[in-house]
Amino acid sequence: MTSAVRLAGITKSFLGVTVLRDVDLELRAGEVHALMGENGAGKSTLLKVLAGVHRQDAGTVEIDGVAHTFAGPADAQRAGIAIIHQEFTLLPHRSVAENVHLGREPVRRLRVDRRRMVRETRELLDWLGEDGIDPTAAVSTLSVAQRQVVEIVKALATDARVLAMDEPTAALADHEVELLYDLVRRLRERGIAILYVSHRMREVFDLSDRITVLKDGAFVASAPTADLTSEDLVRHMVGRELSTLYPDRAAPDELGAVRLDLTDAGNARVRDVTLAVRAGEIVGLAGLQGAGRSAIARAVFGVQPFTRGTLAIDGVPRRITSPRGAVRHGIAFVTEDRKGEGLALRQSVRDNALLVRRSALRGRRSRVADDLRALLDSVNVVSRGEHQEVRFLSGGNQQKVVLAKWLAVDPKVLIVDEPTRGIDVGAKQAVHHLLRELARRGVAILMISSELPELIGMSDRIVVMHDGTPAGELPAGASEAAVMGLATGHEVGEVA
Amino acid sequence: MRLRLAEGTAPVLVVLVALLVGLAIAGPAYDSVEGYLALLKRAAPLMILAIGQYFVIVSGGFDLSVGALVTAGVVIAARMIDGQESATAWVILLVLAFGLLVGLVNGLIATKLLVPSFIVTLGMLLVLDGAVFLWTGGAPRGALSEGFRQFGRGSVDVPVLGEVPYSVLILLVILVAAALFMRSGTGRALVATGDNDQAVSLSGGRVDRLRLLAFVLSGVLAAVAAILLGGFAGVSAQVGEGLEFRAITAVVLGGVLLGGGRGSVVAATAGALSLEALFTLLNLLGVAGALESAVQGVIIIAAVAYAALGPRTRFRTSRQPAPTQ
Repeated sequence: MTSAVRLAGITKSFLGVTVLRDVDLELRAGEVHALMGENGAGKSTLLKVLAGVHRQDAGTVEIDGVAHTFAGPADAQRAGIAIIHQEFTLLPHRSVAENVHLGREPVRRLRVDRRRMVRETRELLDWLGEDGIDPTAAVSTLSVAQRQVVEIVKALATDARVLAMDEPTAALADHEVELLYDLVRRLRERGIAILYVSHRMREVFDLSDRITVLKDGAFVASAPTADLTSEDLVRHMVGRELSTLYPDRAAPDELGAVRLDLTDAGNARVRDVTLAVRAGEIVGLAGLQGAGRSAIARAVFGVQPFTRGTLAIDGVPRRITSPRGAVRHGIAFVTEDRKGEGLALRQSVRDNALLVRRSALRGRRSRVADDLRALLDSVNVVSRGEHQEVRFLSGGNQQKVVLAKWLAVDPKVLIVDEPTRGIDVGAKQAVHHLLRELARRGVAILMISSELPELIGMSDRIVVMHDGTPAGELPAGASEAAVMGLATGHEVGEVA
Repeated sequence: MRLRLAEGTAPVLVVLVALLVGLAIAGPAYDSVEGYLALLKRAAPLMILAIGQYFVIVSGGFDLSVGALVTAGVVIAARMIDGQESATAWVILLVLAFGLLVGLVNGLIATKLLVPSFIVTLGMLLVLDGAVFLWTGGAPRGALSEGFRQFGRGSVDVPVLGEVPYSVLILLVILVAAALFMRSGTGRALVATGDNDQAVSLSGGRVDRLRLLAFVLSGVLAAVAAILLGGFAGVSAQVGEGLEFRAITAVVLGGVLLGGGRGSVVAATAGALSLEALFTLLNLLGVAGALESAVQGVIIIAAVAYAALGPRTRFRTSRQPAPTQ
């Protein structure tokens, strides 16, 4: 087989953070090549370099032996590379044929040649063996799986010979996944090179001819799928030393009564969640993106409430249907989107730190924050004063302000979703120590993090989510392999 | 406590001082306290409207209905009082209640039916305009009582200052109350709502109630402005025409960010006074009154452009392109 695409020495950094370091990848025609790695390993960035969205700082992209430098996605498209994104990019109210030819409509006598559009679309659908889709149907009438087919046809219509698929099964129901497998196999038979990004172990073994693993932005291994076991793969993906920089875990006598107690809780996103967090305890919630970690946090906090099961705070069952209700029952939530959901960026440090107290607990605690100074000092915010707008603070200091706004109301339960995302190492440690200190003061903490070393280093216990439900629980200091095993739905023999 | 200026406030104060100095030079009437009190009296309705408009804009909306509401208030008052002194008190309450009701309807539609406030209040403007026209046939009937008119044109003798118009006293009370309100927790939450309603909601705040409150305040203050204008300018079906845009211009001139999240109510009020001072100055300099709306148009575009070219652009570009996944 000839190599269709060869990436060599690809390096890319954003604002001084190296996201890809010297990555090699060879993709052959008629091959399904799986790209694997943890969250943040650099898979999507590599895909975007290939698709011309990002330009590499160093390294070459070679197609059929010719080196290319893409100025943009259109360049990459002309070179025969197409990406099927996680989010669909189709216009729902236009027909299949119109979507396939979007922006490249054939013209005949100054008018769009609809007949030709439909004909060409039908030819492509037939070629793929997907003749069940009507080219004149509106996209909104199609199933999710059919829309994905249309996305692929749209890519093929530009004569793509390389398809990069980013988590293509993420949006699909179980029975649709099989249809996608068939489609990918048919594409392979027709000589298309496929780069397949997925978190799911089984999928990769079912489908791929070759697997490349990235870790922390660097190439780790590449081998024919037949030569790899799932244990090898997990080891490649996580093999790194655990940092020892985390604060001491809770001693058994530091754990108090159960403060947050979920029993068989569920809603549209998660099911059968049984989970307890004690006073003084940090429970880590692990899992891949979309496995339901954040959905649990949002349900407990009343954003998208549980519809089944029970939720108890300090042993008292509560019905929480809004963030306001959650706050009033002593629940605090540091969301993963600090700028979008955590802070009002143009307001001062003071106004943000007092936001919860003023918004939810007005009247209950009338004493206005005479202790604001002490509060800001306790989280160690560095600013030019309490009247500085928070948008001028660093990410780490912004996160400390978010923590301060919750500490201002003495929460019983604190949920933190990706608490150290996008902040520097020093601030990260400060946040870690702050969380542990809060636990010591009797707060029950539920921590979500995609960064496994952090999650393992911080947690007294780890609950691993898979497919919307807890797949298992691991003790403090569990191995990354054990967590990843549960998270990917792969049975690991020796759970640490 | 040290006096702090909210960001974006300084320019309007400079503009205002420059205009007042200009007036002192250009107009013989402006060498005494009375001259400035007369200016304030003229400006009071617009300043009060600007305070109401400020609440709505800073929380992320628009209120285009206030001009039509002023007209409706004056027309209703004239018809209901019909010259009877005894009716004054309850008609004043009626006008205030009407303003509150209109604000409530605006706010409920905007927050519960999720219609953008620009559209809701534009619709309200048209509804009120049409209703007034239907009710009056184009020529308002009835007359205001002398007691009613006192608010807009009367004055009271104050030591040192001399004759101070009631409208200026009313303005002062409202301005102080508004400034105090904006320092309270609810006031700060209102601004935060205009900045990021998600963050307020996820902090346990009731975003809808805050926005509703802003519309209600705007409606009530428009009714107050109607009472002052009815006394000052008399009864006509055109009394409130264009005031909504004038109030928005004033607020923007005061450095309040369109879309919400930043600005001070004192600065918005100063914007209204500046606008009135500017028109007075132009008048003194013999510039045709017809140019007023053109001047207003230039001001609103310039003020928004000034704000857009400020620190905000720096902020936009400094957002990190997240190394995704």
